[in-house]
Order: sequence, then structure tokens, then C-alpha cells
Amino acid sequence: MSRENIETNHFFQPAGLYVHIPFCIRKCPYCDFFSITDRSTIPGFMEALIQEMSMTGVFPFRFDSLYIGGGTPSVLEANQVGRVVETAHRSYRILPGAEITLEANPGTLRFDKLTGFKSAGINRLNIGVQSFRDAHLNFLGRIHTGRDADTAIKDARKAGFDNLGLDLIYGIPGQTKKSWLLDLQQAVDYAPEHLSCYMLTYEFGTPMERGLRKGFFQALPESLAGDLFEATSAFLCSRGYQHYEISNFARSTDFRSRHNMKYWAGVPYIGLGPSAHSFTGMKRSWNCRSVSQYTENLNAGRLPVAGEEVLSRDQEMIEAVYLGLRKADGIAAEAFEKKFGVSFHGLFGEVIADLRKKRMMNATKTRCALTCRGMRFLDGIASRFVQRME
Amino acid sequence: MKRIRNFSIIAHIDHGKSTLSDRLIQATHIVSERDFKDQILDSMDIERERGITIKSQTVCLPFVAKDGQTYFLNLIDTPGHVDFTYEVSRALSSCEGALLIIDASQGVEAQTLANLYLAMEHNLEIIPVINKIDLPSADVDRVKLQIEEDLGLDPEAAILISAKEGIGIEKVLEALVNRMPPPSGDPEAPLQALIFDSHYDSFRGTIIYLRIYQGTVKPGDLIMFMSNKAVYKVEEVGIFQIIRVPRKELSAGEVGYIIAGIKTVSDTRCGDTITLKNRPCDAPVPGFVEAKPVVFSSIYPVASDGYEELAISLEKLKLNDASLIYEKDFSAALGFGFRCGFLGLLHLEVIQERLEREYDLSLILTAPSVQYQVIMNDDSILTIDNPALYPDPVMIQSTKEPFIRASIIIPDRYMGAAMKLCLDRRGINKNYQYLTSNRLEMIFELPLAEVVFDFYDKLKSVTQGYGSFDYEIIDYRETDIVKLDILINGERVDALSQLVHRDRAVDRARHACEKLKEEIPRQMFKIAIQGAIGAKIIARSTISPFRKDVTAKCYGGDITRKRKLLEKQKKGKKRMKMVGKVMIPQSAFLSVLKTDTD
Repeated sequence: MSRENIETNHFFQPAGLYVHIPFCIRKCPYCDFFSITDRSTIPGFMEALIQEMSMTGVFPFRFDSLYIGGGTPSVLEANQVGRVVETAHRSYRILPGAEITLEANPGTLRFDKLTGFKSAGINRLNIGVQSFRDAHLNFLGRIHTGRDADTAIKDARKAGFDNLGLDLIYGIPGQTKKSWLLDLQQAVDYAPEHLSCYMLTYEFGTPMERGLRKGFFQALPESLAGDLFEATSAFLCSRGYQHYEISNFARSTDFRSRHNMKYWAGVPYIGLGPSAHSFTGMKRSWNCRSVSQYTENLNAGRLPVAGEEVLSRDQEMIEAVYLGLRKADGIAAEAFEKKFGVSFHGLFGEVIADLRKKRMMNATKTRCALTCRGMRFLDGIASRFVQRME
Repeated sequence: MKRIRNFSIIAHIDHGKSTLSDRLIQATHIVSERDFKDQILDSMDIERERGITIKSQTVCLPFVAKDGQTYFLNLIDTPGHVDFTYEVSRALSSCEGALLIIDASQGVEAQTLANLYLAMEHNLEIIPVINKIDLPSADVDRVKLQIEEDLGLDPEAAILISAKEGIGIEKVLEALVNRMPPPSGDPEAPLQALIFDSHYDSFRGTIIYLRIYQGTVKPGDLIMFMSNKAVYKVEEVGIFQIIRVPRKELSAGEVGYIIAGIKTVSDTRCGDTITLKNRPCDAPVPGFVEAKPVVFSSIYPVASDGYEELAISLEKLKLNDASLIYEKDFSAALGFGFRCGFLGLLHLEVIQERLEREYDLSLILTAPSVQYQVIMNDDSILTIDNPALYPDPVMIQSTKEPFIRASIIIPDRYMGAAMKLCLDRRGINKNYQYLTSNRLEMIFELPLAEVVFDFYDKLKSVTQGYGSFDYEIIDYRETDIVKLDILINGERVDALSQLVHRDRAVDRARHACEKLKEEIPRQMFKIAIQGAIGAKIIARSTISPFRKDVTAKCYGGDITRKRKLLEKQKKGKKRMKMVGKVMIPQSAFLSVLKTDTD
């Protein structure tokens, strides 16, 4: 089967399994993911999660990735994580060699806990470092210090994690290009297999966004934030990393986040836990954003689904373009044409030509992808593509 | 016919006209309590939302008077805003009398006077009604004094009511029966009926509202419009009791409707006279004046293929609003559209809203303009209301603009504020007089162009709602007008051009540049906005380009949200116009019209 066929035919691709652990020691003011700080409800939640797994195991998918995210999944004890992984294996067809990731906060890790995670079956650890500078960590409302991050990374290596990812945030008020590159340099010094570098975003409704709106602090100038985006890419590429998605870098193709790639390729995934989203190829559904409702529903034998949408062809096309443009691999024109029955260059040729002229896009007959410069303006560019659709 | 009364309620805005109408309707039980809602005659959404009456409505109220007889009281509801004086005039010509409502605490206001004069022009019997007597601030004696001194009416004839509390409603109904004259006219004479309104019904065609002066009309009759001799066969006649109630016939003195399968919208003209084809009357009903538009603006559909739809919608709306006039127009930026004349700025807003709501259109309007008289070097005179047609200044000898005589009534403590407002608007104070010990009438002569924008709103705000205002156009006077152009990235956008007084040009230009800066979305390139008179730039603003435009995180839960945003942007773009490479949203065109800076 050709590469394009594999890309378009979801059933040939193993799906992803996501588990949302909605608990945190403290809420970070910039974060808009769903989580609560009352950890007394963890036991009840665990039972509900097991129940949800048993009820959704009927999906006709094979899985080659399990991602335990949050929230802060590392607030769970190793045996609780072990129970999640074990039950997932019992309920779903999880393929041998599957990527099994746990997100971890340096403030919740101890060496014995890390070895416990490793023996629980976690083979990829993603540590939310965000910054090595305490002033930035303080602004971000993190519970850990730069030193805690250093210890956690070293302990993780010692505990045997050979697939390690670090999350960093840049674009923090007061940050300079120099200080950010020092942060990056320190991260690279640990030789992580994966790096996610997120530009700080002020999500509506978060305390940080309110603070910005009320003028309690000034955001980093847009032009500097944009420059940091390009500087990040240049720096990490020079250190041997692939810039394979807007915010994601891998030491080699093998170390790309297998799970996250599914979101951008339109491959199915099942999401468990409150607020988790599932996508089965044409239908997307999402769970309620409440631990108590989630638990109550599952205790009563009901799925905690809060909503769903069946994608129209047009909607699928918008997503294919937007998500495709996020990736360095871009959009495969032939697969796109096969799936939607339209001429890719006929539809977007004008936009593509203009973007090429501006050095924002690389395009061949078969693929079109944004350059780093283009990625900096992804949203506006995606909008231009979408305007061209009938 | 002896038991018919045709009457209007006239009042200054907010003096309680709609509430009194509601009570009269309730008192005569034509609507069940269950179906009743406040402001029942204001059937348009815009009327309810803004709390104003725009269109005249009629309703036939059956009332059993103390003499035991049933009377048919035809209430013809009228608008209160100064823009709609024309509607009032149309309604009044169908009546024999009017209730003049005066608020017991506010007293006589500018439109109380204006409406009274209108009613007197139509020789109506006037019954003063003092409303809101239940309010603690009510001062009935003072209002009675005003009725005598300002209005020249008998204060003892005034009926004291509280429409809100339902006090005095019976007295009003009895007064209508006993003090108002019944209509006259011979039901056996040839039909002579006045069209005072009409509207288009998708199922029945045009519904004509008419007052029969003489003769009788019934289904099957062949009627003829006297203005264009068009002939139709009557399908149904009837009266209004909130809903249409069919009758066997309508005859002299009655107010009602005719349905005659009329699809040609332009055949029905308010003010036209209907008669019978086979037995026509001698002459049309006299004394019906056409409304004269004073504000002009061009309307364009946002969708490039929306012109036909706009044309059809305007034609239908015109049927319901005879004061609207329009002709074809073209803009380089916006394509085909219509140049429209309005009675005032509120009228313009109402038309825009009605087109958007009732006909589901998306529109762009250009800056409103008054009509200028341009005297050319060769002494010929051009009448210009469209900036696009403004001649090259070197060809112009002089320009004249319309002036109004404005009557402004205020409590005297606001004199300073109101005076300043008028002087800022290039007004000339002609006179002022105390109506009572603390109420002042100021007479100003003002350029109409300064008033059509937002004068009334500003007056209301500087007088904390107490100021009232009425005006009439008096003459044309020499002025110094320039054409202000707006350039976007060096390209002139004709739809944003406006004719303004030279002294006001810089302010207007700055205002337009700032507003456009707020409304035009950022792009990946810099956008320069300039205001210019000829080649001279008098104001500018810049929209800085995006320096980044990227969503950092996009995982499972973010995809739907992001897609919805892209869908919204795509939809939003349908409401934008391209000028060169720049997309200008509909809201940007509209924002320039609003003057909130001075």
C-alpha cells in the first residue's frame, strides 16, 4: 500500500489512547486544561476511570500509544499509575512496543516514585520543566524550582527512562532572547529525546489573562515573542533536533511523540477521564468537565459524554489543512485529493504561490509545508486556506 | 356612521402614548388577557426593543358607552420621534380628532407643540390628556397652566389619567364618544378612499390601509388607483382588531383594509385615492403632502451578488414606508447599490435594521449627507447629496447648505450645556423665552448637516434626558464645504468619502482614521489609513502588522475550538469588502458614521 493510502485510511493506523488525570497540587494561572486541586476524590475517580475503560473497550481499534496526561498525572502514586496501565492493557488491544507516556511535574517526583513509574510500564516520561529560572517559574505559578527540575531529570535518567521529553515555555514577560537561549541550552545539555517549546498564550478566562487585561503586567512585545519562535527553531535545529511541529522538536524521527502525531494526522484516538476528547474518524465527542459528574455518571453505568459532533466534509477539510500546516511534513496533496475529491493546487494554488514568494512555504507537487517563518504566522495562513474552500 | 370615531393619540416621546393605547385596547376586550402583551401595537421587533413607535397602526375598538349604544372607536397610532412627523401627518389626515397626551411631571415638550400644530392643520378636535398623575413628581396645576398658556387650549377640558395604573381610562373612552365629532360622508356617493399606509404580505400581496371618505367598497368591486389608473378586483375588506377581521363591506367614515391581490408593489402609494372603476369620484382626497427626505446615504449589499435581493427588498419596504426614496448607485469599492433618502438619522437606522432583520440582508451604508446646492462658475446650480458626485472645487463658485430652525425646550438649568452644544454645531441663537418660571424654549438656526448625525442623542445626554427638540427646514445658506476622502494604503475608498464643513474636516478625518484602525483586522502587512482633502493629508493612523500569529498548542481538546474559529472567520469574511489587499469589515463602514468623539 502506498504511503498516501496509509495516511488517508484510518483503519490501517493504530489509534491512540489518552487518559486525563484531572488533579493538580496547585492550578497554574496560565493553564486552561481541566483540573482540580481537591485530591480527596482521587480514589473515587480511579474507580470511575476503570469503569470507563471497561465500557469503552469495545472500540474496534488497535492502539500503539497510551498517553497519561492532565492535570498532573504524577500526583498519582506509582501503584495507581500501574493500575491505569494494567487496566488499559486488559481493556484494549494495545500493541507490543506501544509508546506509553506519563506527564510529570518536577515538584511531585522522587527517585523511588520514578522507578515505580518505570516498573508500572511507563516507557516515556514528559517532564513539565517550563523554565530553569525561578523568577519565571514564580511568574508561571509553578510549584517547583529550577533545581527541582534538574534533580527530576537526572533521577529520571537514573531510573532508566531512555525516552525523555521536556516541556518549556517562552515569551514570558521580561524574558530576553539571551535568557531564553540559556534556558534552551540547559535543556539541551540533558540531551532529552524530545522537547516541546510553547509560546506563552493568554487563554481567555485564565487568571493570567485577566491580569493582563487589567494591566497588572505587560505581555512580551509580539515582535520579540515571534522572534523567539524562530530563534528556538534555529537553535534546536543547530543542536540536531528536528522541528516537526509548531511547538515540538525530536532528536530523531523515532522520538517524535507518536501519540501527539495522531492529533495532527486525523488518526483516531480515544480519550478517557473528565474533559477528554475522542475522535473516531468522523465523530468527535468529549467528556464532561467535572470530576463529580464524571464519577457519578460512571457509577451509574453511564458514559460521561457531554457532547459530540459529526464532522461534515467541509469541517474535515478545514481540520486537515489546519493540522497539516502545523507539521513540518505539511499536507500530502495526493492524499488530500483522494480524500476530498478536489484538486489541491486548483483550490490553494494562488495562496501557495504567494506564500512561496514570501518564503513562508515549501511546496512540491506532492507536499506543501510551512517554513519556520510561515509557522510563525500559521493561524492567518490557515485562515487564507480556509477562505479558498467552497 | 354616527357611532364611528376616528382618532389619533399624539404626544412627545415617552409621555405614555403606547401605554394608553394598551389600556384602551384592554378596556374594550378585543384581546384576551392571555394574548395581551405590553406595547401591543408596536409589532416590529425594533419598536419593542427601542421602546419607540415607528409605524402607524390602527385598531378598531368597540365600546359600549353610558348611553347604551356600541361605538366603534378607530385608534390610529402614531410615532413620536421627530424623524417621523411625516407618518404622524399621514395618520392624522384619517382622523376627526386627537388625544394630546402630556406627561404630568414633564409638561409640554417640543414635540407636544409640533404635534399639536400638525393636528390643528388637519382641523382635528383636540382633547388634552394629562398622564402619569400617580407619579410623586406630577404637577397637574402647572401642566394645566402650560396647556392654557403654551397650547392655547382649555385646561378644564383636560382629562386626568394614569395609563400605567389604569386610572381615568373610562373617562377617555366617554370623551371620545361625546366630545369627538363622528365622521361625515355619504355612503351612497362614489367611492373616495385615502390610502394612509400599506404593507406587503407574502401570502396575500399588498394589504392597503385606508380611510373611506365617501361611498362603500366590498369584495368583488373593481377598484381603481386614481394616480395611475391601475385596476384591481377586491378580494377582502375588513377592520383591524390587532388581527385582520374581514367585513362584508367598508363604507364612509370607516377605517380598515383592502386586499386585492396586488403584487405590483409600486402601484400602491400612500396618499393616493382609491375609487371604483365603474363609478369613479370626481377628485382625489386633497391635501396630502409627500415626505421630503433630508438625509441621504448609499446602501450596498455586503455579498457581491446581493444587489437583486436588495432591490426587491427595498421595493417591498417602500410599500410599508412611503417616505423612503431610492435610486440606483455605483461605488468602485462596493459595486452596485442604492442612493437612499431618509427623513432623519433614526429613520436611516430603522430602515437599515428592517432590511437586515426582515429581509435577512447584510448591508454597508455610507456616511449620511444632506443636500447641498452647488453654484458652478457658469452660474448653473447642482443639487448634490452624494460625495461621489461633488464637482472639482475649481469649478465651484459657491456652495449652500440647508439650515433648520430648531426649537429646543429645556429646564433652564441646562441652558449653558444646550447653548454650548448648539454653538459647537455652528448654531445661531435667534431667540429664547421662558415658557414657565424654569422652562425655557430656545430657538436656534443650525445647519441641518450638524443635526443629522447625533444631535438629538447629544442634546438628551447634556440635558440628562430633559431636553426636547423639534425642527423645520427654513432655507439654504452659503457655506464652505469640502470633500473628505479616506485612503487605505494609498487607495481612495469612495464609499468612505463625506462632504463636511471645512472647520470640521480635521476632526471628522481623525475620527474616521481612529475608528477604522479599531475595526479593520490586522494583516501581515502594515495598513496606512489617511484622511485627505484633495491631495492634502489631514489625518492618519496605522494598523501595525502581525508580528506573530500562531496558536502554540493544539491537541485533542483544542481542535474543535480552533476549527470553529476558522469557520467563524470564513463566515465573517463574507461580511468584508476587499480594498486592494485590505479586508474591510462591514462594521468598519458603520463605525465611521457614528460620531462619538466631540
